[in-house]
Amino acid sequence: MEVIFILIAVSLIMAGSFLFLFFKAMKSGQFEDNHTPAIRILFENNQSKKEKKVKSTKSK
Amino acid sequence: MSSKTLHIANQTTTCYHCGEQCVDEILYAEDKPFCCTGCKLVYEVLNENDLCTYYEIENQPGKRQKISTSGDNRFDYLEDEDVTAKLLDFKNDELSHVTFNIPLIHCASCIWLLENLHKINPAILSGRVDFIRKNVQVKFNHQEISLREVVVLLSSIGYEPRLNLSDVEGKKGRSTVDRRLIKKLAVAGFCFGNMMLFSLPEYFSEAELLGNGFKKTFNYLNVLLSLPVFFYAATDYYKSAWLSIKGRNVNMDVPIAIGIVTLFLYSLYDIFMLHQEGYMDTLGGLLFFLLIGKLYQQKTYDTLSFDRDYKSYFPVAVTKVVKDREEVIPLGKLKVGDLIKVRHGELIPADSILISGDGYVDYSFVTGEEVPVVKGKGSLVYAGGRQKGQSLTMAVQKSPSQGYLTGLWDTDSFQKEKDHSLISLATKISGKFTFTVLLIAVLSFGYWMSQGQLSIAILSFTSVLIITCPCALAMSTPFTLGNTLRVFGQGKFYLKNAQVLEKMAEVDAIIFDKTGTLTDPNQAKVDYQGEGLSLVSKGILKALVSESTHALSNRINVWLGEVKKAKLTDIEEFFGKGLQGKYHNQLIRLGSAEFVGAYAAWPLNEGNRVYFSVEGVVLGCFYIQSGLRSGVENAMDKVKIDRYIHLLSGDQDHERFQLQKLLGTDVSMKFNQSPTDKLNYIKSINQKGFTTMMVGDGLNDAGALQESHVGVAVTDKVTNFSPASDAIIDASVLEKLADFLSFSKLSRKIIKASFMLSFAYNILGIFFAVQGLVSPVFCAILMPISSISVILFTTISTNYMAYRRGLKTKIF
Repeated sequence: MEVIFILIAVSLIMAGSFLFLFFKAMKSGQFEDNHTPAIRILFENNQSKKEKKVKSTKSK
Repeated sequence: MSSKTLHIANQTTTCYHCGEQCVDEILYAEDKPFCCTGCKLVYEVLNENDLCTYYEIENQPGKRQKISTSGDNRFDYLEDEDVTAKLLDFKNDELSHVTFNIPLIHCASCIWLLENLHKINPAILSGRVDFIRKNVQVKFNHQEISLREVVVLLSSIGYEPRLNLSDVEGKKGRSTVDRRLIKKLAVAGFCFGNMMLFSLPEYFSEAELLGNGFKKTFNYLNVLLSLPVFFYAATDYYKSAWLSIKGRNVNMDVPIAIGIVTLFLYSLYDIFMLHQEGYMDTLGGLLFFLLIGKLYQQKTYDTLSFDRDYKSYFPVAVTKVVKDREEVIPLGKLKVGDLIKVRHGELIPADSILISGDGYVDYSFVTGEEVPVVKGKGSLVYAGGRQKGQSLTMAVQKSPSQGYLTGLWDTDSFQKEKDHSLISLATKISGKFTFTVLLIAVLSFGYWMSQGQLSIAILSFTSVLIITCPCALAMSTPFTLGNTLRVFGQGKFYLKNAQVLEKMAEVDAIIFDKTGTLTDPNQAKVDYQGEGLSLVSKGILKALVSESTHALSNRINVWLGEVKKAKLTDIEEFFGKGLQGKYHNQLIRLGSAEFVGAYAAWPLNEGNRVYFSVEGVVLGCFYIQSGLRSGVENAMDKVKIDRYIHLLSGDQDHERFQLQKLLGTDVSMKFNQSPTDKLNYIKSINQKGFTTMMVGDGLNDAGALQESHVGVAVTDKVTNFSPASDAIIDASVLEKLADFLSFSKLSRKIIKASFMLSFAYNILGIFFAVQGLVSPVFCAILMPISSISVILFTTISTNYMAYRRGLKTKIF
């Protein structure tokens, strides 16, 4: 049963690192704006003009 | 109507940029139609820089580019060091960061374009849009491009940032209170969760899951985990309790702080001295629930602003005339005696005397009245109006912050923080509560001491303090208020914070502003006197008024209804005077008495009158009165039942009789009120001991809104400008004001009922505590049960009552 001490240590470290990550995410402003990224992700990456015209035929 | 629009759609081309119909002319660029040179210019800029994806993400995403009347030098003030330093968020040797507010941001195309600014000018490193707040943060290399050039670039592609005086003079940055609370909650939650795990052996102590060695280790781990809770997560309660004791009263945080400290100290004693389990898990849970309650109460409306003053309306810069040369200077540097130029559409920044030009000033921001006022040469023009028509030259009489309107912000009311100490329900009882609890604790301590049992005496003393820690009591207020806040928000009535709600329940005098608040331009009443109007003359009038954007033209247009327009030639609008046109070579005029030549024969009394003449012969006259918003009379009747109603207006009193007929004679009315008069009027009512609610819409009500206990700003569009206030109400739900008020009273009743519930738990707890029978497991069960049941009770009852009263369409 002594293995429980190791498990406790591991679980505390894991939970603690989640807490730390949450703080980091908050500091980086992830929760400030939760609307724009949803739109931003749909933009296609930069292409030259010709490529784009080919691609854009599918839209609408 | 539908057939008409169809007809138009078939016939006309819409602009590739903005989607509006090309009425006057169609310009082509690469086979694409544009309605004006402005739109075409934007397209050309984007096309040149390979940014036409803008037009592919959304159809016709732009806004019509009105050809700006202001000169190219209008952003010159952005070269001024003082101004730029205040606008920038960040600056180092190379880079600058600046955040602009661009009201035009409305679609995905906007986001795409503003985040690809670097393609137009490589000196701009990046743009980042916050769609909800309509902000864009631009990072640029200031050695290659200046702030002014960035702004010019943005306006050249149709996204002109809104730059107001408050950007330059106001404080920046959002409050970090909210973020700190979330951090504390996260810490409390983390510790609470782990402590519960370590306390599991306690909860099943009978089962002997693990040996004694584990128990001890777990207890020490609990102490370790309780440290961040005690020293970090709970700090707000110590501070608040200390402040309240220093101020010689007892708020709800005092018993909470006592409970927390006792819990922590007694658990330390229990664990280290008695080698028992302590109450650390209860401490963690307590803080976790309390902080959730606190967070829930802080409903914020990010897109709304409750603290605007005149600086949010005033421009950053003005055009100053120095020896026939124009120079753009920051408003702060404007001095008395300077000559300034105010162009069409610009705001008059300071009280000034008109030197040349015909003043035609729209004060709708200030008074809510949208019919512009005519000002002649030599007259004093108050700041805050917007000039329509010609450019004006004016001599500044007072510095921008000292004017008739802006001087309002210098009065005492704005100097102090708004704190009309109406004590909240929770605070009212917490004094008695704390006293009673301490008394019971001391009594039971004394009883056990007299029995000669010291350890039980200590145990019962501490358990009383621990078990009565008013967690459930403290939860009932934030959850009821938080829920009510949300219900109101769904009903388009947005409160600044929960305190406003508690004050609302006590309101017994309501003061309304008239223009723009009770009256609605779209409800205007138009009376026509004179020769009967034939269908032809109606058609002529229709053709005239539809050429104008003037408020009175719009009202006459609505009054005329669907009439076929006659064909008129040479239609011309004279700002401040009227309209003229030719019909079969007859000169038709519509406008003010002087313009059409109406004299003695026609009534000339107060109010908005529009005359109609053919070849100089006056045929008729329109009398336009402001109409009440729909539902206002009903709302008034309901509100009046147990409250006093007052009406304040900046206008003349020619509508007094009509208003009394509509609203009842028991409404006290005051006319001709200046912004300061309004403020003083509220002050005098407050001094009589009333709890006041001011309902207003314009900047001239700002003083009254500030001075009243609850200031409510009425606006047609909640995202529009509204003066600083405690609450913002959408004009369409103004008729429900009575319901909102009575619901705020109801929410007080719900709070009281949930107090009863938590008292029941406390009595139960005390019953065991004085006997020294409270165990950590008992505590760990009772505490969450009482909290959760109070939360459920308040949430369900507020939502159900809101549904019953028609403030919500669904219960949840």
